[in-house]
Amino acid sequence: MNNSVLEHTGRFVLLVLLQVILFNYINFLGYINPYPYIMFIALFPVKNNRFAIIFLSFFLGLTIDLFSDTGGIHAAACVFIAYVRPVILKFSFGMIYDHQTIKFNSVEFGEKLTYLTILTFLHHFILFFLELFSVSKIILILQKTLFSGIFTILLILLITIIFSRKTK
Amino acid sequence: MQQIINFIIRYKNFLLSLLLFSIAFVFTIQTHSYHRSKFFNSANFLTGGIYNSINNLTGYLSLKSQNQVLAEENRRLKMLLFNAENKKDSTYLDTVSYTGTYKFELANVIRNTYSGTNNVLLLNRGSADGLKPDLGVISSKGIIGIVDATSKHYATVISVLNTVNKISAQLKKTNHFGTLSWNAKSPYFVQLIDIPKIAPIKKGDTIITSGRSSIFPKGIPVGTIDSYKLDAAENYFEINIKLFNDMTNLEHVYTIENVDAAEINSLLNPKENE
Repeated sequence: MNNSVLEHTGRFVLLVLLQVILFNYINFLGYINPYPYIMFIALFPVKNNRFAIIFLSFFLGLTIDLFSDTGGIHAAACVFIAYVRPVILKFSFGMIYDHQTIKFNSVEFGEKLTYLTILTFLHHFILFFLELFSVSKIILILQKTLFSGIFTILLILLITIIFSRKTK
Repeated sequence: MQQIINFIIRYKNFLLSLLLFSIAFVFTIQTHSYHRSKFFNSANFLTGGIYNSINNLTGYLSLKSQNQVLAEENRRLKMLLFNAENKKDSTYLDTVSYTGTYKFELANVIRNTYSGTNNVLLLNRGSADGLKPDLGVISSKGIIGIVDATSKHYATVISVLNTVNKISAQLKKTNHFGTLSWNAKSPYFVQLIDIPKIAPIKKGDTIITSGRSSIFPKGIPVGTIDSYKLDAAENYFEINIKLFNDMTNLEHVYTIENVDAAEINSLLNPKENE
């Protein structure tokens, strides 16, 4: 118990620092930045209660917002994906989710990719919609969502592969 | 009563996310207005301190280009000084107490953004160094932005690459003036709107600040005209301006304080001070 709390606190701090020091300044092709910090929400243990994850997501988003002077756009997007996460889990993993036994280290790659893709694109769409805050710029919003989304998914997959513990 | 409590318990996750989402939404709305919430910006003790220590490390990487910029400015100032048209043969008796209308302060940019739609810079000077909201910020090449919020040792600056900024600017050769805005597309270009159709403009003309507000003095360079077209109503020009500043590479900047700002503002808005 204590060990997992410590592990998640460390992951939280590390992801926030990486995001605000490194990933916010990549500016690939001028405006494409990845936001891999959402893997904290994506890989949060399934069996823990939803109350905690919604609250932690808000706090995570707000920390990122504080550093990047963006008001509350990250916090809003994080709270939203934390709330709809069970629906996406059920959609992508089907039966395993009903038994509450998902271990992100040992699920199949295809299912994991579906799950991460839906979560990332939902998060990025809300993020950029709130950032630009106008319906008339919907093309720019979708464009940013697509490019940054692909970048984020690739990075999250890389990080999870590098740091995954061998389960065999 | 029992039913209300049951309802709350059953939907507690939904209610919590709704509440937190609304809070985040309010913060977002606040950033779209000119003066944002006092607490949620990067000029506070923790975030400012972290950015300052990062800048101490990464500052070395751009030393060469920044030195060139400063040397270039020195050259320009020396040229102005030695070629001054009306050489002064007399000066004020008490030069210590004589101050002009504008006070300059040196600052370093410790955090720079240009890829978002509302870009904010962070300076390593704050209210302890005399900075306060609404001071102008320029570099040796031209305009950068306006100070937004200050803490004791740090200040945030709304850069010209920001969709909420409205800075008054004019043509250098005539006095037709308009408003600077940004369409969030490229960090090298800003837009100037509301220039009347009658103004004689052509490509390559220089745009400067107009000095119509109490923030910037007249004549701070902004950029040159890259392209222009008439707006939908065909009464005003929409001009695309190439900035003199490379907004993606900023280090040494100056803040401008108009000493008479309070006096000017009280004259313009007499009701607010009653």
